[in-house]
Amino acid sequence: MISEKKRDTLVEIDHLKKYFDVAAGTVHAVDDITMKIDRGETMGIVGESGCGKSTLGRNIIHLQNPTSGNIIFEGKDVTRPDAKELKRLRGEMQIIFQDPYSSLNPRMTVEETIMEPLILTNRVPKEKMDAETKRIMDLVGIARRVRQSYPHELDGGRRQRVGIGRALALDPKFIVCDEPVSALDVSIQAQILNLLMDLQDEQGLTYMFITHDMSVVRHISNNISVMYLGQLVETNETKKLFNYPLHPYTESLLSAIPTIDLDHQHERIKMKGEITSPIDPKPGCRFAARCPYVKEECHQPQKLEEILPRHFVSCCRVRELRKEQIGRAMREFEIERGKNHAKAREGVDNGQ
Amino acid sequence: MDGNEFLEVKDLVVEYTSGGRVIHAVNGISFSLEKGKNLALVGETGAGKTTVAKSILRILPDPQGVIKNGSITFENQNLLKLNGSEMRKVRGKKISMVFQDPMTALNPVKTVGYQITEVIRKHDLIAKKDAIEQAKKMLEMVGIPGERYYEYPHQFSGGMKQRVVIAMALANKPDLLLADEPTTALDVTIQAQVLEMMSNLKETLGTSIILITHDLGIVAKECDIVAVVYAGEIVEYGDKESVFRNPAHPYTKGLFGAIPDLHSNARRLANIEGLPPDPSEPLTGCCFHPRCKYATDKCAANKPELMEITPGHLCRCFQSAN
Repeated sequence: MISEKKRDTLVEIDHLKKYFDVAAGTVHAVDDITMKIDRGETMGIVGESGCGKSTLGRNIIHLQNPTSGNIIFEGKDVTRPDAKELKRLRGEMQIIFQDPYSSLNPRMTVEETIMEPLILTNRVPKEKMDAETKRIMDLVGIARRVRQSYPHELDGGRRQRVGIGRALALDPKFIVCDEPVSALDVSIQAQILNLLMDLQDEQGLTYMFITHDMSVVRHISNNISVMYLGQLVETNETKKLFNYPLHPYTESLLSAIPTIDLDHQHERIKMKGEITSPIDPKPGCRFAARCPYVKEECHQPQKLEEILPRHFVSCCRVRELRKEQIGRAMREFEIERGKNHAKAREGVDNGQ
Repeated sequence: MDGNEFLEVKDLVVEYTSGGRVIHAVNGISFSLEKGKNLALVGETGAGKTTVAKSILRILPDPQGVIKNGSITFENQNLLKLNGSEMRKVRGKKISMVFQDPMTALNPVKTVGYQITEVIRKHDLIAKKDAIEQAKKMLEMVGIPGERYYEYPHQFSGGMKQRVVIAMALANKPDLLLADEPTTALDVTIQAQVLEMMSNLKETLGTSIILITHDLGIVAKECDIVAVVYAGEIVEYGDKESVFRNPAHPYTKGLFGAIPDLHSNARRLANIEGLPPDPSEPLTGCCFHPRCKYATDKCAANKPELMEITPGHLCRCFQSAN
């Protein structure tokens, strides 16, 4: 592995698996996923519905227990925490849910919802509770006059702000955002995305941002991991992933996005059929059934390989299929590295 | 609007009554459509887009939804004047609709094939055997093998169900298809398949489509004419090229700014502050003025008309007129 500088990893997932037993067999919801999320970054997780992205997020923050594999948070293995440790972790890792309609308790006011985590953890003394609640409401932009309102009295955008406020109440370091804007209208979606980015800048938060919307994920994430049927098929920096999508699935996913730019209407790359069943999948590439480039060797087990620096792809044909793109990306990388070296040398010279 | 259009909606006003309150869902919407063209009704939740479509088919919830004013002329007859049995001949035959959620649009206890055959037999006196044959052809046209005729909705995935719904809507080769957020419940890859299929059908059958959506990306790909709807009114109207290249209304501009686009690199999205107005409360002036950055006293006091800013491009804003 080529590392540019020392990484400050906050969350590390090592060969994580989550299987569910159902009548028809075993669902491989998350199947051997390894990734690192650095402090202060936003890791976007994309994929179609049913690919296991939410299950992954829920396992990391211990809403579900993984079948096997490890979760390392700030260098410490937290895969199977005891009750006390779990309570501590709840303060460190939080989640924002997709549907602000069903994720808030309809019988609790805005204030009570935000206060609840503070009360449960005894984190704030009683006399400061009021001030702290107000501080959080201001932080997420909820007007004080709705303190006593119930969720049904609020619109979707405000409800989502309450959900964000609740997640932030314990001052977490890591937040799983599970499709936080999918249920909102575009103008409200923009408000919430801006809020999430502002909060990240102010509080140094680290996000795992789960979505099926490629435009949103491109906007908010530093890095993107593409999932298909429980597995990672490609991961890279956002900009590079969009410039050089190497995996056939990523390529067709990107080409399917409708864009508002009339001058950049692209041809869609045809993908056959639909996402197949995650129940007892056969070995070999899971995308093979829909892939336009499928060959005999694709039915062998695949592994995630570093094709370009920090650009991992799980496709046995990628080097042959993307020869040209890889070459171009490599040249770009060399140029960038040259520039960085020159800059670093300059810095040293100036420092002396 | 010269009177020989295929569809003309004029001054449509629709109100709902709910819990003693009157909700002004559609406040004087007018537009026309030529045969073979696609129109997009774009706007956010609650703007009144679906109500317009339901008014055309006259399937508003009864008695809550009432068409208070206006006319809907389709192939030279005013649909609002037709009686029940005349209207039933139009519905599903000349005009049909695809609903947003394919999971609830199909009857779970009938086979998908039966549901398509039903539509065909309702309008055509043909033998059952021929109807079944035709239904199978429809299934194949939307990319589902004919053998699956005898299967039930739960045996299909979301994307396939939506294609069954589309097959049903197109079974009688309607002249007009109302597609209400047909791909919102679907994944992007499936969305692309469904949209492509719809535009192929437009080519082969010559069907005009009114596409209701909040996704401007889909509009860019699929539509000829765009009508931006806000608070029950059309605020901007024109062909796709003029609206997308020169959006004139502050709301349309806001919508474009609020979308993270693949080809822009803005870090912050330009959001529209505030919320759409409460449709149960009467509003004076421009419907958008409480959220508009450019609003003046005039905007709060007077209601702007739809004004032509360039040929064929209309905008309901005092600012854009000069």
